Amino acid sequence: MGRSVSSRLSRALVLPAFLAGALFLFFAFFYFFGGWSLSAPADLVLCNGDEPQSLDPAIVTGQLEGRICLALFEGLTTRNAKGDIIPGMAQSWTISPDGLTYTFTLRPGLRWSNGDPLTASDFLNSWERTLNPATGSEYSYQLYYLVNGEAYGTGKLKDFSQVGVKAPDDRTLVITLTHPTAYFLELTSFQTLCPVHLPTVKKYGKDWIKPGRMVSNGPYVLKEWRLNDYILVEANPYYWRPVPVHRIKVLPTNSPTACFNLFYSHKTDLILDTRSIPSTLVQDIRNEPYFHANPFGATSFVRFNVKRKPFDDVRVRKALALALDKEDIVTKITRAGEPVANTLVPPGNAGYTPPKGLIYNPDEARRLLAEAGYPNGHGFPDVNLLYAGRGVGPQVATEMQALWRRDLGITSIHLRAQEWKVYLNTQQLIDFDLCLSAWIGDYNDPQTFIDMFVTDGGNNDTGWGDPKYDQMLQTSENTADPARRMQILRDMEKILVEDEVPIVPVYFWVGMSLYYPGKVGGFEPNFVDDHRWGEFYIPGKKP
Amino acid sequence: MTALILRRLLQAIPVLFIVVTLTFLLVRSAPGNPFSTEKKIPAEIMEELEKQYDLHGTMGHQYLQYMTKVAHGNLGISTQYRNRTVNEIIAQTLPVSMTLGSLAYFLALLFGVTCGGWAAIRHNQAGDRFLMLIALLGISIPSFVLAPVMVMIFAIKLNVLPVAGWGSPDQIILPAICLSIPFAATIARLTRGSLLEVLKLDFVRTARAKGLSEDAVLFRHALKVAILPVIGYSGPAAAGILTGSIVIETLFGIPGIGPFFVNSALNFDPFMTSGVVLVYSSFLILFNLLADLLYFVVDRRVKLE
Amino acid sequence: MRTLGLFFNVVRRDPLFIVCGLFLMAVVGLALVGIHYTGYTYDQISDASLLPPSRAHWFGTDVNGHDLLTRTLYGAQISLFVAATGTIVSLTVGVTYGMISGYAGGRVDNLMMRVVEIIYSLPTLVLVIVLVTSLDGPVAALLKGAGVTQFPPRLVLIVIFLGLTEWLTMARIIRGQVLVLKEQAFVQASLALGQSHLRILWQHLFPNLTGIIVVYLTLTIPAIMLDESFMSFLGVGVPAPLASWGTLVSDAASLINPIRLYWWMLIFPGGLMTLTLLALNFLGDGLRDALDPRIRK
Repeated sequence: MGRSVSSRLSRALVLPAFLAGALFLFFAFFYFFGGWSLSAPADLVLCNGDEPQSLDPAIVTGQLEGRICLALFEGLTTRNAKGDIIPGMAQSWTISPDGLTYTFTLRPGLRWSNGDPLTASDFLNSWERTLNPATGSEYSYQLYYLVNGEAYGTGKLKDFSQVGVKAPDDRTLVITLTHPTAYFLELTSFQTLCPVHLPTVKKYGKDWIKPGRMVSNGPYVLKEWRLNDYILVEANPYYWRPVPVHRIKVLPTNSPTACFNLFYSHKTDLILDTRSIPSTLVQDIRNEPYFHANPFGATSFVRFNVKRKPFDDVRVRKALALALDKEDIVTKITRAGEPVANTLVPPGNAGYTPPKGLIYNPDEARRLLAEAGYPNGHGFPDVNLLYAGRGVGPQVATEMQALWRRDLGITSIHLRAQEWKVYLNTQQLIDFDLCLSAWIGDYNDPQTFIDMFVTDGGNNDTGWGDPKYDQMLQTSENTADPARRMQILRDMEKILVEDEVPIVPVYFWVGMSLYYPGKVGGFEPNFVDDHRWGEFYIPGKKP
Repeated sequence: MTALILRRLLQAIPVLFIVVTLTFLLVRSAPGNPFSTEKKIPAEIMEELEKQYDLHGTMGHQYLQYMTKVAHGNLGISTQYRNRTVNEIIAQTLPVSMTLGSLAYFLALLFGVTCGGWAAIRHNQAGDRFLMLIALLGISIPSFVLAPVMVMIFAIKLNVLPVAGWGSPDQIILPAICLSIPFAATIARLTRGSLLEVLKLDFVRTARAKGLSEDAVLFRHALKVAILPVIGYSGPAAAGILTGSIVIETLFGIPGIGPFFVNSALNFDPFMTSGVVLVYSSFLILFNLLADLLYFVVDRRVKLE
Repeated sequence: MRTLGLFFNVVRRDPLFIVCGLFLMAVVGLALVGIHYTGYTYDQISDASLLPPSRAHWFGTDVNGHDLLTRTLYGAQISLFVAATGTIVSLTVGVTYGMISGYAGGRVDNLMMRVVEIIYSLPTLVLVIVLVTSLDGPVAALLKGAGVTQFPPRLVLIVIFLGLTEWLTMARIIRGQVLVLKEQAFVQASLALGQSHLRILWQHLFPNLTGIIVVYLTLTIPAIMLDESFMSFLGVGVPAPLASWGTLVSDAASLINPIRLYWWMLIFPGGLMTLTLLALNFLGDGLRDALDPRIRK
């Protein structure tokens, strides 16, 4: 035929060679490059909402990162299953009568997970690291309560010895605050104020958080960490009390339906994050033994840009506030039994009685809108409702737009969705007319919500400000009597939600979690939605 | 042939350079600070962060710093995952994607060639028509429609396969199948088409005349030549599997490089995005080159410059 | 004309082509006209949330209580719009490029085809995603300045860049055809007569390319539609509150769970999309087999 032997041979081998090559490639990667991850078996598997951006307690800002950090690290105080503040690294503390000086006594014999002793200087030096601008900690402002904390944190002060924290001996830490802070003990349980093992940080730089390198002081140590796959933590033998659950596997699944599917097929035992539970399913699983809901200190609300027409007119703002059928939104869209919010501060703060707020009243709303010059919505200018295009945002926004059209006749509200980061930027630049927002309380006190709206406050983002409001905040901070202080805060909130209305509260979040009580213990509903893993135990299993 | 390799490799360098430059500048110039969080960050901290990441100063300055790092093989640190270098993220996630992609390609070849060959034999009969309609369906149904349907059927209703995840062998089955289907379909059509052409050619008739059985004719001579278009298709197929895997990995919660890419683009992480684009482009250029070389080797009559 | 004759040949060969053609026309018709007769508007919410198909809502409803039939047709409008305009971009670029490359020949042709080869080996969809997310802001400012509020910037970007992704095949085929055509007698004669190149391209070559253009047009539309839906599925495509089939399917896919199978949310938009792509591919295939003289079946 004229074809050479070699050419025939080469042709004969092409197809099988091709197939074999592809097959080999597959298996090679599968086995040799860790494509197939086999981890040690875990006693508890939980879904944590997403891949953590870091595990350095000084720099993490998200709730999901915080959860893992607070399993690996522990501060002066910690929380029990109910969410109360209990002694952590510190076994006791005293507070001076003027509320400005806190003296903590650390437990004896504390150690890091590599055996090194843990002393008060570790706290001192870790806080220096957190405050130091070079670390780039976005939550360093939590240490601004300390004397000269803000000066050091903004780089104005270079000498840390002038900051209000001292370690006179290995087991004593003395902290001086700029003004009495009722919730300071809560702050000491937060991850930003946890100590880190500085020799490790110095030695490995950015790599110190990796498994095998990280040295921690909390109930768990980091064993394995595969990106977007799982994190495995193991009980820390040097922790000051026994840890009931030996190994916990953390899954970064970020789709709520995927999380639910994993739970339903028993691949995961606990879903911790409310946002990991599909809202459309809540009504169906509400009565299941594995469904748990609890009030949670977070609020969703709408911000007005009070510097732009028509929202510079308080009547227009009140009209929109009074005409928003919030019941519709929580029943149809969010569906987890969220309480309607007519005030900003979520209920559940001990000793605080919120004002009444503006209750749904479409007739009054229409009257106000007409008075402001837009009877039945005629002539209402084109405005944008900004929201982040993820989670229930799009559906809530769509619903709001329709509700305002229904009750006020306004047809010129347009939806504007943006990616999360872009949305944050736009919100901070106050480049919107209306903005769907939310706020999760940093600690269990109304101030975390109320102090957002000081004039030019970093988290105000409405363009609204009132010197009287600011003055009231100052007064409250210098008031020692808790009842009096709460009264001032209440009056402030009244200004916010009834008189000036730069925001419209919509609903309070409900914390949801999925687990079988027979399988997971030590998990109790609490207001701050802060469940420390050191408290978990498996019922019926000997630790 | 060496001329081809050389030309392609030399071409690759400026191309990659342009692609990475474009990506970095685009991502940096977009509004949206990679360091934004819900709580406002003090300006001093923001500045410090920018300095640490070499994202401070003029665009030109930032660009130069980045390119210097790349030239040394350092793809920078992710602004999203602040303790991870881009090199590290890619090193951990790329093998996962490669595993999925190569299995999908293998399946596509297997099913595609088999079905295409079978259809060619049964040319113009019911089997042929049916298979080709299925193949057309395979190209038409988007993977993100097919995958949830298959999850509904196999994972939920029948409960034989897991819904999502990675780590055990049964978790790779559905994703690999879903990813491979459009390519299997195209390969089937190509195989059938070229096989039909080849079956008409002289040398096949000669082989038949010589008394070789139908099967022998088919498998020893015709298939080898007919495979040529399939090899030629490998380049575009690789590109398709690459982009397709982004969707599949997102759907099935697979820790590959795809979801990281989408995330980094949406979060304006300039280093991660540029790094992934670099990896994708290099991989594709390499694969296209390999495919063309294979094609060239298999049929020396194909004219290349 | 020859083209029309071949067209009828194709149709006569397989009645399925008529079915496809009719189906496509029905989809377009429903999307543009029929949508106004469903009894709902696409943004009309109601309390009937997540209901399966019923007499009131033929396709069921979604979370906000939107009628899914109306939403699906609305999605059709957007998907078809993007596919059509993207194809026009693709067509313009591809045909022009291919004609110039083939006509010029020699080194210019070499260089131009080299560029095509390079772009072919790039992960185009990946780059489109980067382009679309990054340029969203600047284009928004541009459109605002020009007073155009109808189209969200993202949509404009998608149309342009997806169009710029899919022109390669068209360019290659056109170039091949032009290379053959320009050797033909009538072209040589025109050259000898001193006619300008532009005239030759437009009056002599272009009419002979219409057949091929129609074929690859029919094949580019589904390609762009698929690209756009991929991007919308990932969240970087058509922006809210607009919705294409891709976004509808994405919403549906995120709802699948073992307890409630909201199958209608997935099957109707996904099914309609698949059928449309199927019809387009089938038509394009048939046209290519019949009209493209190079391929014999």
